Amino acid sequence: MTETTTNTRIAEIVQSNDVVLFMKGSPLFPQCGFSSRAVAILERLGVEYASVDVLQDMEIRNGIKAFSDWPTIPQLYVKGEFVGGSDIMMEMFEAGELEQLVTEAGVARA
Amino acid sequence: MAMVAEDIAAMIRGALPDADVTITDLAGDGDHYAAHVVSPAFRGMSRVAQHKAVYAALGGRMGGVLHALQLTTAVPTSDV
Repeated sequence: MTETTTNTRIAEIVQSNDVVLFMKGSPLFPQCGFSSRAVAILERLGVEYASVDVLQDMEIRNGIKAFSDWPTIPQLYVKGEFVGGSDIMMEMFEAGELEQLVTEAGVARA
Repeated sequence: MAMVAEDIAAMIRGALPDADVTITDLAGDGDHYAAHVVSPAFRGMSRVAQHKAVYAALGGRMGGVLHALQLTTAVPTSDV
């Protein structure tokens, strides 16, 4: 699969989900401490979110890093916009900014 | 291959000379670090842009040899 096709696939995923987390593993069984932390933050926030397990898809695992020019996973997108990785999620959560972001974006609550 | 804390700090300071860099070895195994970077250069930048500036300083090692680097960034709270 070409790089362009992968980019299109990723773009479709982030456009069609208000909140989507690209992570290692699943929310129930995260395969990395950083992904686990990202899931915990979203659960605390109480929003509905989609997740993509990059370990199941090498194209997306590599493509997502180029897509956002961000070297690590997890990656959070809200309303098609890249928000950050788990460190930024934690900083924003603690500052109340993540709550503000999802409220202003009008995303569904879980 | 792991990186030592001093190398990480030196690379960040190399790209951000004004930065105050604190590296903590989280697990004592030379592989899991937390970096706190405070720089006036971050003023007016989004968090994502601040983190990208640090990742750029690490020259592509982030996500590679540096898997486990927790990063927090900030602008100095005062100019003293």
